[in-house]
Amino acid sequence: MSDKILYSLTGLFDTPDEIIAAAEKVQSEGYTKYDVNTPYPVHGMDSAMKLPMSRLPYVAMVVGITGMFLALFFMWWTNSVDYPLVIGGKPYFAFPAYVPIMFEVTVLSASIATVVTMIAIVFKFPNNSHPLMDTEYMKNVSVDKYGISIAADDPKFDFDKVKSLLESLGAKNITPIYYKEEDLNFKPKTFEPKFVIAMIVLFAAVSAVTYITLNKLMYLPPFDWMMEQSKVIAQERSDVFEDGRGMRTPVEGTVARGFLPYKFKNNPEAAGKYLVNPLAATEENLSLGEKKFDIYCSPCHGYLAEGDSRLKGQFPSPPSLHSKKVRNWSDGRIYHVITEGQNAMPSYAYQLSRKERWAVVLYIRALQRSLNAKESDLQ
Amino acid sequence: MSDSPDVINYTKKELPSNFVKFGYAAFVAGLVLVILSLFVDNVRSAFSGVMLLMFVASIGVGSLFWIVAEYLSGAVWSTPFRRVAEFLGAVLFVLPVIALPAYFNMHDIFHWTHQEVVKSDHYLSAKAPYLNVPFFTIRSIVFIGIWVLFYYLITKNSRLQDSTKDQNLTRKNIKLSAVFVPLFALSITFFAIDWLMSLEPHWFSTIFGVYYFAGTVLAAMAAITYIVVTLSEKGYFFEGVKADHYYSFGALLFGFVNFWAYIAFSQFLLIWYANLPEETIWYLQRWEGYWMYFSIALIFIHFIIPYFGLLAQPSKMSPKRLKFMSLWILFAHFFDIMWMTMPTYQEFGYIPGWIELGYALFAIGLILVVFNWKASKENLVPVGDPKLKRGINFRL
Ligand code: HEC
Repeated sequence: MSDKILYSLTGLFDTPDEIIAAAEKVQSEGYTKYDVNTPYPVHGMDSAMKLPMSRLPYVAMVVGITGMFLALFFMWWTNSVDYPLVIGGKPYFAFPAYVPIMFEVTVLSASIATVVTMIAIVFKFPNNSHPLMDTEYMKNVSVDKYGISIAADDPKFDFDKVKSLLESLGAKNITPIYYKEEDLNFKPKTFEPKFVIAMIVLFAAVSAVTYITLNKLMYLPPFDWMMEQSKVIAQERSDVFEDGRGMRTPVEGTVARGFLPYKFKNNPEAAGKYLVNPLAATEENLSLGEKKFDIYCSPCHGYLAEGDSRLKGQFPSPPSLHSKKVRNWSDGRIYHVITEGQNAMPSYAYQLSRKERWAVVLYIRALQRSLNAKESDLQ
Repeated sequence: MSDSPDVINYTKKELPSNFVKFGYAAFVAGLVLVILSLFVDNVRSAFSGVMLLMFVASIGVGSLFWIVAEYLSGAVWSTPFRRVAEFLGAVLFVLPVIALPAYFNMHDIFHWTHQEVVKSDHYLSAKAPYLNVPFFTIRSIVFIGIWVLFYYLITKNSRLQDSTKDQNLTRKNIKLSAVFVPLFALSITFFAIDWLMSLEPHWFSTIFGVYYFAGTVLAAMAAITYIVVTLSEKGYFFEGVKADHYYSFGALLFGFVNFWAYIAFSQFLLIWYANLPEETIWYLQRWEGYWMYFSIALIFIHFIIPYFGLLAQPSKMSPKRLKFMSLWILFAHFFDIMWMTMPTYQEFGYIPGWIELGYALFAIGLILVVFNWKASKENLVPVGDPKLKRGINFRL
């Protein structure tokens, strides 16, 4: 023999029954460090080699179940908590619709976890060499032979005894396998610069491809079918109309269903005289009014309607709404100002519904009363 | 392996006596209860008759399906046990008889048999060209006729092979099987539509035939598995029959448990999504009163329990587990059929009583008696089948 270091002694068999018998024999002889290589998983091999059950299924189960619940959590959080959207008239938490996705995610995460665990732990990634690789033996067992390899560091290993054992079992091509130069010098170098750089490049490439595909390619013809539809969408230009606007206003004089047009156009006095606030000063209406006032009116009029604008002089400050004049105005008169605007103040008819306008009026009344309470308020 | 027989020595044995005794006892007890129930409450009895018919048809035509599947796929592992399926399939001969209690009480079961109702109902009158008594009768006869015919032709060849050892008979059966499969697909679909779906004549589900098929093949496989494992433990099959064969049965059971769940969920999901009143009604009925508990129980009984019971590899090979799970699955299939049938009989839930028990006993007894009758006349193993030896020596 040469000065090479022996890794194992191998033998080949022709049928699965022979290899199972061989494995049983080798096992019963008390060898512990041996392995069997076959072109496909031979059933019954686990029990012949007395292998304990693999722990890989547990990884698959734990990760699979975790994936399932993560998927459920994700859908529950997005669809029913963070951004509740009614989809197809279903409840926010539409469990049956989640089932297929939970199933897919379970399968996906379990299978990825299994493969990654195998590569990382069983094959000791990034180790990719093994003394059996690149041998005649490996070539045979990956085609049509069934091989057994008894390792030299087995405590019971004795070259001649193992050889005669394999011969007695009827093995063919009994060959010793030696360590190769690179097997011996191999140290797993996970943080070797070359490897790290390769990973970074890979990461960058995958990210770039994903980014370009999702953000650029999809907007290029012909991948933009969904984006570019011939219908006119909001804010879009349209050559059909002379003025080029895609969005059209209703024909003049159009009356929306259930809405009579405002009768007191340019007629604040009549509005003040004939309009009556239909809302009662309930808590509900007042808080609606407060909300709308704070949003739409307070930037100019101030939260307390004292005319203390937050616009820092970019817009003429309005007068206080606590003035005697406004206090003596009827509800309808204030309503008219909101609806039509007044001098520098624009109309709020588009932003506020009729009900909301009346609610704002109620709230202004409450603000006024807070500074100029009536006798009765104090009792 | 070395201990497998090279020459097949098969000696015919009587079935275990307690097996036979139990069969006869269940048959007689069931028959008494069934006859009694026809006098006590003939409507409820007739509904149970539908369950009986559908359950026994499942076992019969499901077994025939597995025989055909073996021929078509060229499977060898199942050949030593094919006779078990052939004996079970013999219940197809009695289907016309057990259809009678339900058939003669049709008027109480099927809403669409009422002329005056059909006339005043737009949907029912539109369906009338299909759903009418004469055509229904013809269809039932044709479907059962097809099954009996193919069962007869295929098993006759198989029996003949025992003495002649003629390999051409296998080839003939493969051809018969190929002809049977499309006929089977159509007949079982319409059979399920006629006898189960038309209980609720306004309702329809396009996947219903597949749903019944999934339960059918699963139940038949469970019956085959139970009998194979029981008899094999008592030494009725060969030495070589061990874990690898058991594993194949276990894997098929497990696979079809999942298939059933997949189909059942698909049917539900589509109807739930579309949310059309004429489709959701069926599920709403099964969610009313304590039918709701039946529906929830069905998920556990028919899917979750057998799923975990058969999930691990060792449990697919353990005879004890296989026997338990196959009985469980047979129960689950009966439960499933009850869940499909009985809400029409009683809304808001009901409690299974002695009538249903009587019919269930009768079904079990009938299947065992027919099995025993076949087993006493024929070989339990197809000794002339060219695939038999490979089947016994089968290794995964
Ligand atoms: C863009 C700033 C701005 C906003 C927002 C605004 N206003 Fe005014 N408002 C003014 C100005 C400026 C005047 C004074 C107009 C004038 O010179 O007659 C005014 C006048 C008024 C008056 C008449 C006061 C008077 O003494 O003549 C009322 C009432 C009033 N606003 C109510 C409201 C209400 C209610 C809202 C919320 C819906 C609102 N305003 C939102 C700027 C605003």
